[in-house]
Amino acid sequence: MLSRQQLRIAAFSTAVIAFAATSGSVLAQKKYDTGATDTEIKIGNIMPYSGPASAYGVIGKTEEAYFKKINAEGGINGRKINFISYDDGYSPPKAVEQARKLVESDEVLLVFNPLGTPSNSAIQKYMNAKKVPQLFVATGATKWNDPKDFPWTMGWQPSYQSEARIYAKYLLKEKPDGKIAVMYQNDDFGKDYLKGLKDGLGAKASMVVAEESYETTEPTIDNHIVKLKATGADVFLNITTPKFAAQAIKKIAEIEWKPLHIVSNVSASVGSVIKPAGFENAQGILSAAYAKDGADSQWDNDPGMKKFYAFLEKYYPEANKLDGSVVYGYGVAQTMVKVLEMCGDNLTRENVMKQAASLKDFVPDTMLPGVKINTSATDFAPIEQLQMMRFKGEKWDLFGDIISGELSN
Amino acid sequence: MELFTNQILAGIATGAIYACMALAVVMIYQAIDHLNFAQGEMAMFSTFISWQLMQWGIPYWGAFVLTLALSFAGGIAIERLLFKPLAKAPILTNVAGFIALFAIINSVAGLIWDFTIKQYPTPFGSHPFLGSQLISTHQAGMIGVTVVLLILLYFFFQFTRMGLAMRAAASLPESARLVGINTSWMIALGWGMAAAIGSIAGMMIAPVVFLEPNMMGGVLIYGFAAAVLGGLTSPLGAVIGGFLVGIFENLAGTYIPGAGNELKLPIALALIIVVLVVKPAGLFGRPIVKRV
Amino acid sequence: MSAIQESVTEAPVVEAVPKKAMTLGYGTSLVMLALLIAVPLFVKNFIIFQLTMLLIYAIAVLALNILTGGSGQFSLGQSAFYAVGAYTSAILMEHGGINYALTLPVAGIVCFGFGFLFGQPALRLSGVYLALATFALATAMPQLLKLGAFEYWTGGVQGLVVTKPDAPFGLPMGQDMWLYYFTLAISIAIYIFSVNLLKSRSGRAFMAIRDNEIAASAMGIDVALYKTLAFGVSAGITGVAGGLGAIAVQFVAPDSYTITLAISLFLGMVVGGVGWLPGSIVGSAFIIFVPNIAEGISKGLSGAVFGVLLFLVIFLVPHGARQGAIVAQHLIGKLRKN
Repeated sequence: MLSRQQLRIAAFSTAVIAFAATSGSVLAQKKYDTGATDTEIKIGNIMPYSGPASAYGVIGKTEEAYFKKINAEGGINGRKINFISYDDGYSPPKAVEQARKLVESDEVLLVFNPLGTPSNSAIQKYMNAKKVPQLFVATGATKWNDPKDFPWTMGWQPSYQSEARIYAKYLLKEKPDGKIAVMYQNDDFGKDYLKGLKDGLGAKASMVVAEESYETTEPTIDNHIVKLKATGADVFLNITTPKFAAQAIKKIAEIEWKPLHIVSNVSASVGSVIKPAGFENAQGILSAAYAKDGADSQWDNDPGMKKFYAFLEKYYPEANKLDGSVVYGYGVAQTMVKVLEMCGDNLTRENVMKQAASLKDFVPDTMLPGVKINTSATDFAPIEQLQMMRFKGEKWDLFGDIISGELSN
Repeated sequence: MELFTNQILAGIATGAIYACMALAVVMIYQAIDHLNFAQGEMAMFSTFISWQLMQWGIPYWGAFVLTLALSFAGGIAIERLLFKPLAKAPILTNVAGFIALFAIINSVAGLIWDFTIKQYPTPFGSHPFLGSQLISTHQAGMIGVTVVLLILLYFFFQFTRMGLAMRAAASLPESARLVGINTSWMIALGWGMAAAIGSIAGMMIAPVVFLEPNMMGGVLIYGFAAAVLGGLTSPLGAVIGGFLVGIFENLAGTYIPGAGNELKLPIALALIIVVLVVKPAGLFGRPIVKRV
Repeated sequence: MSAIQESVTEAPVVEAVPKKAMTLGYGTSLVMLALLIAVPLFVKNFIIFQLTMLLIYAIAVLALNILTGGSGQFSLGQSAFYAVGAYTSAILMEHGGINYALTLPVAGIVCFGFGFLFGQPALRLSGVYLALATFALATAMPQLLKLGAFEYWTGGVQGLVVTKPDAPFGLPMGQDMWLYYFTLAISIAIYIFSVNLLKSRSGRAFMAIRDNEIAASAMGIDVALYKTLAFGVSAGITGVAGGLGAIAVQFVAPDSYTITLAISLFLGMVVGGVGWLPGSIVGSAFIIFVPNIAEGISKGLSGAVFGVLLFLVIFLVPHGARQGAIVAQHLIGKLRKN
């Protein structure tokens, strides 16, 4: 047994050692890259505020409002966020110009949530060459999860292919001899989905009896629906953006076709798609989700959504909370703030990527219960889980388990 | 065979949309001898106004008539304020003006009413028409309205003094002035009427395609194509052109193998160019004789 | 709808521009040249990139000026030729490993052929109808580029990433600066070529056709040949601009070449002054910088602000920058007299 004297010495020594060890990090140097200082963190962003995809511009506005809220509450580790967002009109050359402006002229620390696969494809090489984080890109294309070749680029939402695979799994189980008709938008979004579906069906890819593509310049896709009904298919996969999804739902009801109707998550918003298309036309439609729907009254008392609604009321009152894009903007902005918090005083670009790749079971306020964000040095896909849901009455009924759409690369 | 008739019917249904728009295009062409690229946006804006009126409680037909009047006045106002000063400027400068107008209207609509789609009511109901699942009562109604408009326009241009005066002012302004026609106001009137017709087109189209600021972009191209195909001087041609474009596009998409579906629009447009090469004034247009 | 023929003394779509007004005086030209050479040495890389894009779009607007201002053919379809040029360069560089500088003449020739071919059916069309036909071409191009049949070469909807060239012979220049001077050299060459083209016999034929096609043909000008030639040359130059664009942006995709680009080039021509070649750079500056200014003024209404600014420009100078230059010339003349 140690004597009292020896105990005291031991305790004292331990304390000194402990102090010495921790003071090392307390007195650690603050590390900054361009765009971060003691008082400010500059975040760049590129959104289509004009042009064909201007409906998504509201995501940028939501993020701006969110960062305003964070600043009003003291900022991140005492630093205010300076959010600089530019319009690229959904044009890749313009996106390149804006990215260069942000990095070289505005000298931001990172570019956050740039939107659109073409725009992100255009700037990916540049961002990686300049070693500036291209973080939480606003597109579900599968190619953003590639830390080996593009260590500075990371996605956020579940990839289109993984969502399609989830539907494929479901169909193989519930309707193994179904005949699938697919209508898809003729761009990266539609084609990525289609690939995921076919890969997911694997040997049974022959279940797909018809594929119809459409262009966003078409005023209405009604005639495609007519054509697909004529193929005799009994499963319909609706890979469209909101306007066309609503048109499809309405037309299918009008021509009295009753397939098993699956709509992509992109167009599952009650407020922006289902309500205009008509609740009575949407009964029984399936989809999958990773976030809560602002128009769905089942979340009215959910603590996370309550925070979201309070935020909207105070900082962005004119927002249309029925718009899925607003919920999206909030969730991804919250993730960004978490990553910056985790960086502490080490605000180098390298550390930002490191922290972004170290998210463990992070749950933004707007995620469905059970969906968690996880990343690692080899896993640059933050959200990979979805839950399937069926439309009943005036809302989506979630069913089944949270499924992981992980792609085994 | 059934697929063929189905696609024809579906083509007529979509074609009604193009025909409606094409009438507005022909109207403005009759007035100013040029195509107004902002026509679609003006129609969209009018439709939003009618939607807003209905949101404020005004019933459908009340809002319809009120919007017609407002669009007519708005068209005249735009012409007087923005394009009368450009009357002496080269045509290409005027075209730049149309493009500027397009940008302004689209942007303002997006700001006021945002970009989420809105449901727009139809007075004709949405049930299958005569039991056919391919044409709904609304689409039949739309065709009916288009035909009524067409007849009204025909009478206007052929049998009224105003219509005649407008045609004269557009094709031979100097001579028209000599016989006492106020060509400047004829242009304003043309703009007003085109805006009003456009608003009807918008209100007919919105129930099918859903109301949002970018809804007319695609429709306008088809409207132009239909008007040109039918002959820019002929309202009847515009309507028939609209239906032909709709039908042809559908058939091309269905029957041309491989790329047929992806190239529907280019094929339809190529067809129109072919027709123009053979008949430069369009199917029903009056051949134009140029003098040196 | 009677069958009575409608006879029209059609106002020409494009008004005549006297030959002398086609170019700048020597003094102004030298000043411009000096500026273009010197400025990049003092600014950041990003501004150099913007200046490179300025030159590239100026080349495209110049091509349109030859077609519309020179030969009177109203085209809203230049984005199609720009796209073909861009993809030609990109495909040759990425699939064929060919040196970037060599891809440009190829892009030019391919587009020349393409333009020449398109000019054939366009012969029978004029004014509004031609505008629509070219508009149709521009709208169709993105869809053609997405076609599954070509996907291996074009990258389909994903597009192609292009490698940026380094300065040759180990010159101590950054990539951006080298690309700028390379583009500048090509722009100057194209400008001199175009000025000489318009001063030459072919140029006079173009202008005769523009001012009065029937009279021109009555005088013995082979209207068909010169019209298609104008299309070809214009398309070829636009193709070179497209190739340069692909190299500068380092990326080609169908979404980069929509009808919006064609409309922008058209606006650039109008603002610069139709038929006034030096105005091309003014027009190009307008379409690159004014949208940025509009965005700076109001993000939500950037389109509306752009429209308003455009209206202001066309109200004040309906004939474009040429008018502004003439006014400036008068003022300078007056000052000299005093």
